[in-house]
Amino acid sequence: MMNADLRDLYQEVILDHSRKPRNFKPMSGATGFAKGANPLCGDECTIFTSVKDDLLQDLTFLGKGCAISQASASLMTQILKGKSRQTAEHLFNLMKKMVRDEATVSEIEELGKLTVLAGVKNFPSRVKCATLPWHTLMAALEHKSEPVTTE
Amino acid sequence: MSVAANIPGCREFNVDHVRADFPILGSMIHGRPLVYLDNAATTQKPRSVIDALVNYYETSNANIHRAVHQLSERATAMHDAARETIRRFINARHVEEIIFTRGTTEAINLVAATYGISASSSNNSIIITAMEHHSNIVPWQLLAERTGATLKVIPIDKDGVLDLHAAAALLAEGGKILSIVHISNALGTVNPINQLIQMAHQHNIPVLVDGAQSVQHMKINVQELDADFFAFSGHKIYGPTGIGVLYGRREILNQMPPFNGGGDMIRTVTFEKSTWNDLPYKFEAGTPDIAGAIGLAAALDYLSQFDMEAIAAHEHDLLTYATNGLNALGKIRIIGNAPEKSGAVSFVVDGVHPHDLGTFLDHDGIAIRTGHHCAQPVMDYFNIPATARASFGLYNTREEVEVFCQSLERTIKILS
Repeated sequence: MMNADLRDLYQEVILDHSRKPRNFKPMSGATGFAKGANPLCGDECTIFTSVKDDLLQDLTFLGKGCAISQASASLMTQILKGKSRQTAEHLFNLMKKMVRDEATVSEIEELGKLTVLAGVKNFPSRVKCATLPWHTLMAALEHKSEPVTTE
Repeated sequence: MSVAANIPGCREFNVDHVRADFPILGSMIHGRPLVYLDNAATTQKPRSVIDALVNYYETSNANIHRAVHQLSERATAMHDAARETIRRFINARHVEEIIFTRGTTEAINLVAATYGISASSSNNSIIITAMEHHSNIVPWQLLAERTGATLKVIPIDKDGVLDLHAAAALLAEGGKILSIVHISNALGTVNPINQLIQMAHQHNIPVLVDGAQSVQHMKINVQELDADFFAFSGHKIYGPTGIGVLYGRREILNQMPPFNGGGDMIRTVTFEKSTWNDLPYKFEAGTPDIAGAIGLAAALDYLSQFDMEAIAAHEHDLLTYATNGLNALGKIRIIGNAPEKSGAVSFVVDGVHPHDLGTFLDHDGIAIRTGHHCAQPVMDYFNIPATARASFGLYNTREEVEVFCQSLERTIKILS
């Protein structure tokens, strides 16, 4: 039987997103893109963004990695579509706080659907899996040409 | 289960008795008994090693080769005795051929930075294999950048077996050194090291053997091997972390310049010029890991109670049992199917990332390694980002392998 921490981490929503990642495709006409990698575990993530008037009109991703990193990327692309760059940065900060178990109740509420990743807080070695897509997105928004890493 | 020792005077190898010697094996992890299958990363320590460290610090701690006081003499004697224990364990001819390092990585770096810089040869090539750990790739790349040497790589096939025809062709072109892993940490392949050493020596190419994954699984006799260098780590052979060994043939070591400069490695120092101490001290600048050396000797003493053949047979049984168990699960692809394997089985599950497997197994108390095993070129060759790896030590049991396979089966059902 699955232990409670494990059940929290690998919720059905997570498994569903990792098996059938949403927005998993390259983007033609992207205004920004960035590659991210976690050199210690080999996870890779490429984020494509289309920004107009400071709004994330569209974002997609490609990559390979564990269920947590794939689901996190998939959820991120869903949540952020149509949101402003400031909202993206704000949610990233809240995400980081949540997976490090530093977020307040109201901050967690703000994260909405992303709270399915809250279970990561009990798995310190997996925090980097959940945050890799977000780090990569920030690089895409800043048009960084160097690959980003979570290390 | 026990395997009768066939050497008179040896302690009978009985895995239940062996387990009782390792305090950590009684631990519970997430409420389950620990099943430790990450021995290729590091091994657990027997009580005798832990006691040797504690005893040294409680009764004999002092700096060596320095003072006339009694503790220093005692510590120096213990450190010297440790070196002799290591010499005997790998059957080196001379005790000064045993150089203490921090581990296999530092041992290889030492050779690259000294022999690699100084040795003259008609051909500047450094020959390695496609299954090397990063520690037997990067030091040579650093050397190549400094000296313009060329790195040549002996390829492997889809089973993870070295291409000996390609090896023969590369060696025939000549080279400065053949630096080769004895047993691959990522694939478990046992390389035909005697044959490769002979082949290299026919072309006057010295050979460094990376024994990080072999010395704990089989009897090593450096004279019989005719290796020029043999490197291994203490912590992978039931000893402490931070200590390792470089064996080198005395004639070669004498020709090599020093590695680090500092205390203990000098004979005389003036501001104009310094002269070097004799072997092995020439390569051991600064206060060494005294306790580590003593702990490593205790680990080798522990292993020496047993017939290494009995340990090898037990570990081979576990490897075969695990391989059969994994194959029976289906959905699993074993990476590395060499006819000669030892110590470890690497695998991938289609559609499931190794890290997710690792997290689930951890919650059943099972420690395995997931990742690229510091062998990214091996992962690239097999076109996979990572593998899961179960690796065995003398204290593992068939029952543990069964727990591992059962946990894996449940995990695959949930994740795939």
